Amino acid sequence: MTRYPRWKFFLLMAALIVCGLYALPNLYPDAPAIQISHAEAGGEVTDVARQRVLGALENAGLSPGPGESVGTSLLVRLSDTEAQLRAREIASNLLGDNYVVALNLAATTPQWLRAVGASPMNLGLDLRGGVHFLLQVDMEEVVTSRMEAWAGNAKLTLRDAGVRYRGVDVDGTTITATFADQVAADAARAPLRRALENFAMKPAGDSPEVVLTLNDTALKEMQDYAVDQNRTALNKRVNELGVAEAVVQRQGSDRIVVQLPGIQDASQARRILGRTATLEFRLVDNSVSSARLRTGVAPPGLEFFPFKGQQGRIVALSKSKIATGDQVIDARMGFDQQNGSPEVNVTLDGDGAKRMQRITGKNVGNPMGVLFIETKTDVQKATDADGNTVDKMVSTTEKYVINVATIQDTLGSRFRITGLDNPAEASELALLLRAGSLAAPVSIVEERTVGPSLGAENIEAGLKSMALGLTLVLIFMAAWYKVFGLVANVALLGNLVIIVGIMSLIPGATLTLPGIAGIVLTVGMAVDANVLIFERVKEDLRRGLKPLQAIEEGYGKAFTTILDANITTLIVAVILFAAGTGSVQGFAVTLFIGILTSMFTSIIGTRAMVEMIYGRGARAPAKLSI
Amino acid sequence: MAMSKEEMNINFMAARKPLGMLSIALVVISVILLVTRGLNLGLDFTGGTTIVVKSPVDVELSQTRADLTEAGFGDAVVQHYGSPKEVNIRVAPKDSVDADKIGYVVFDALKAGNSDLELLKVEFVGPQVGDELRDESGTAMLLALGLMMLYVWFRFSNKFGVATVVALFHDVIVVLGLFSLLQWSFDLTVLAAVLALIGYSLNDSIVVADRIRDEFRNTRETDPVAIINGAVNQTMTRTINTSLTTLLVLVALFFFGGEVMKSFSEALIVGVLVGTYSSIYVVTNILFMMKVDKEDFLIPEPEELDETP
Repeated sequence: MTRYPRWKFFLLMAALIVCGLYALPNLYPDAPAIQISHAEAGGEVTDVARQRVLGALENAGLSPGPGESVGTSLLVRLSDTEAQLRAREIASNLLGDNYVVALNLAATTPQWLRAVGASPMNLGLDLRGGVHFLLQVDMEEVVTSRMEAWAGNAKLTLRDAGVRYRGVDVDGTTITATFADQVAADAARAPLRRALENFAMKPAGDSPEVVLTLNDTALKEMQDYAVDQNRTALNKRVNELGVAEAVVQRQGSDRIVVQLPGIQDASQARRILGRTATLEFRLVDNSVSSARLRTGVAPPGLEFFPFKGQQGRIVALSKSKIATGDQVIDARMGFDQQNGSPEVNVTLDGDGAKRMQRITGKNVGNPMGVLFIETKTDVQKATDADGNTVDKMVSTTEKYVINVATIQDTLGSRFRITGLDNPAEASELALLLRAGSLAAPVSIVEERTVGPSLGAENIEAGLKSMALGLTLVLIFMAAWYKVFGLVANVALLGNLVIIVGIMSLIPGATLTLPGIAGIVLTVGMAVDANVLIFERVKEDLRRGLKPLQAIEEGYGKAFTTILDANITTLIVAVILFAAGTGSVQGFAVTLFIGILTSMFTSIIGTRAMVEMIYGRGARAPAKLSI
Repeated sequence: MAMSKEEMNINFMAARKPLGMLSIALVVISVILLVTRGLNLGLDFTGGTTIVVKSPVDVELSQTRADLTEAGFGDAVVQHYGSPKEVNIRVAPKDSVDADKIGYVVFDALKAGNSDLELLKVEFVGPQVGDELRDESGTAMLLALGLMMLYVWFRFSNKFGVATVVALFHDVIVVLGLFSLLQWSFDLTVLAAVLALIGYSLNDSIVVADRIRDEFRNTRETDPVAIINGAVNQTMTRTINTSLTTLLVLVALFFFGGEVMKSFSEALIVGVLVGTYSSIYVVTNILFMMKVDKEDFLIPEPEELDETP
C-alpha cells in the first residue's frame, strides 16, 4: 500500500483555508446606507457638507454612523431601510443639486478581512431587488438623421463649388444629387467626393446625377458611435438618478443593458432613461401671415411648429439653429424671481456660447423660440410580406415650441428657459439637458423589476431549500455508507465552502436564485462521485479483495466514470452560460464551479480522509465501515 | 430502501419488452402533444407583461379579475403566486397602451381597488426579445444535444453510443411532452433544467452502458440477456442512490425554493425519474434491437483513460 502523497493533503488544506477565508464575508449581512457624492465628476464631498448631513440626520433621530469615505464619496450607515429612505430625503433636500444622494448597501465585512481583499458575493437583482432594463437603440433613426446631415453637407458643398443642382435626395444610405445636365453632374463629382469621403460614388451613367452610397465601415462606425454615445448618456443619467453600483453595458450591436440595484421607484427610472427630450434654440420669424401659418406650408428657410398648451397657435421658426441641447454643459432648475414660475438655467459650452452671442447680438429686439423635441418609440402591429402580423418599432418625433421670448440683450453662455408647466417638468428637463441627449431614441424591450421584499424572500427560499436538501443528503449518505458516508459528508460541506469562496473571489460572478438552485443541485449530484467509488469498493470487497486494495481499486476504476459524468454536465453549463441571460447564467456559473470543486473534494478530499482513517496504522484494517 | 447488501440478482430484463413498448408509446404521444398542443411558453418566450402584487390580506381572484376587466384588461391571466396573499397577473400586449408601461397601468388599476397592494415584481419582455430568446433557447438545446452526441461518439463509437443517445432523446422528449400535456409554463428557468437534465441523463446512461460493455469483455457468459442483466444489477444500487440524492435536493427546492424554482424542480424531478428508468430500459432495449453480442468485443479497444487519483 503506497502512502497517499503528502502534497495532496497540503493542497486540500490550502484550498479549504483560502476559500474559507474568502467565503467568510458572506456571513456578515449588508447594512443599509446612503452614499453621497458630488454632482460633478471628481468633486469631493466637503467637510462642511459632511458635518451638515451628519448633524441633520442626528437631529432627525436616525443615529447615523460616523460616515466613511469611499473614493470621493461619503457613505453613511443607517439602522434599517426605513431610516435609509428618510435619510436620503433629508440629505438630498439639504444638499440640493450639487450633490447626488444614493441608496446603497454597506458591507459589514470586518477590517482584517477587507485587508486581504475579501468581500461578499455579488447578489443578482432577483436576490437584492432592483430593476433590469434592456434598451434597444433605434438604428434606423440614427441612419436617417445622419444621412440628412450629410445631404445638407452635400448641398452646401455644391453651392460653394458653384454647381447648380436640381435636388439632393436621401434614400436609405444613398444620396442622389440630380442636375440639369451632364456637364453640371461632372463638375459636381470632384467636390462631392472630397466632401463625402465615406461614400462610394457610382460611375457616371446616362442620367445627369451623382449617386453616393455610404460604405459599410462608416455605417458600422456610425452605429457603434451612436450606441456608445447613448451608453455614456445613459450612464450619466443613472448617476443623476443616484443609484449606487449601477451597471450600464452594451449588449450586442444595438442594445444596452441597464441594471439598477435596490431602486425603489422603477417608474421614475424608466421615464428618465427612455426620454430623448432635447432643445433647440432658433430665431422666430413673425413676418409670416396668419393665413400662411394656417396652410402649414412653410416658406423656404422656415419651419412651422405648434406652440405647446396654446391650441392652434403656430410659430414660424428659422431652420438654422442657434444652439442645441448637446451644447448644454449645465442646466439647473430654478424659479422666476418675479412670478415664481419654474425655469431652467442653462449654461452653454464655448461653441454654443459664441454662436449664441453672435446671433443674438445681431437680433436684439427679435424673438427667439425654444423648440422642444422628443422622440417616442412604440411597438405597432404591422403586416409583413408574407401576410403575418409582426411587431414593428415605430419612432414618432414630437416637436413643439415651449417658449418664445424677445431677445433683450446679447445672450452669452448663460440664460434661462421659461414656459415650463411645473417644477417637476423643469427639474426633469434640467436633468436631461445636463446628462446629455441620446444620440438615438431608445425603447425598453425588456424590463425585470424585483421589489426589495421579494428579493429578501428569494434569498430565504434559496437558503431554506439548500439547508433542507443538504440535511437530507447528509443523513442518507451517513445511513447508507456509514464511516465512508461521513467522509463524503465532510467533503460535501468542504465543497460548499469552496464554492462560496470561489464565487466571492471571482469579481464578475453574481449569485442569482437559479444560481442557488445550481449549488443545491450540485449538492445532490456531487455525492454521485462518492456513490460510484463506494459501490466499486463494496463490490471489490465482495470479490474478496483486501480492504486497502479495494479502496485503491475502487477509486481507480470509478475515476473514468466520474469524469464522464462531470464532462457532460460541464458542456451543458458552458452552453447555458453562452445562451442564457441574467439569472439563468447565474445557474450556469454555480453549476460549472460546483462540478469542478466537487470533483476535487469528492475524489481527492475523500481519499485523503479515508487514508487518514484506514491507511495510517501499522497493520492493514480487517474491515471497512462502508 | 430495503435493498440487500449482498450481490443483487433481479431479472430486470424480464420486463424489457412491455417497457420498450411503453417507451415508444410515451415518445410518440409526447411528439404528438408537442406538435398539436405545443408548449405553454412562458413570458420569456412570448413577450408580454407579468406583475406580481402582494396584499396584507388574502386576495379574492374574482375581485382582481373584476378590477382588471373594468380597467380594460379582461383577458389577463390571474393566478395566486405561492400564497393566497400574492397574485400573479399576466397581460398580453395591448394596442392602446405603450407595451412597456402596461405593468404600471395594471398595478395602478388594481391599487385603485385595494390601496394596500405592494408591487413585488414586474417583468416586461418585448415581442422581439421574446422571439430571440425562443430562437436562442432552441439553438442552445439542439447544440447541447449535438455536443452530447459528439461526446458519446468520441467515447463509444459503436452500438453503445446509439443506445445512450436514444435514451437521451427519449428523456428530453418525454419531459417536454409532459410539460405540453399538463401545460406547465415553460420559461428560461425550465430550459436551464432541461439542459441540466441532458447532462444528467447522459451521465446515467453512460454509467450503465460502460458497465455492460465491461461485462461483455470480461465475462465467460455468452447469453447477452444474462450479461446485460448482470451489469444492470451491478450498477443498480449506484443508479438508485444517485437518483435518490438528486431527488432529495430537488424535492427540497420544490417545496421551499419559491415560485420561480417550482417549475425548475418539476422539470428536473420528472427528468431524473425518466432518466433513471431510461438508463436501464431504453439503453438495454436499443442494445437488444441492434443485436449486441460478444462478437462486438472481439477486437480489443485501445486502453482507456484510467488514472488513480
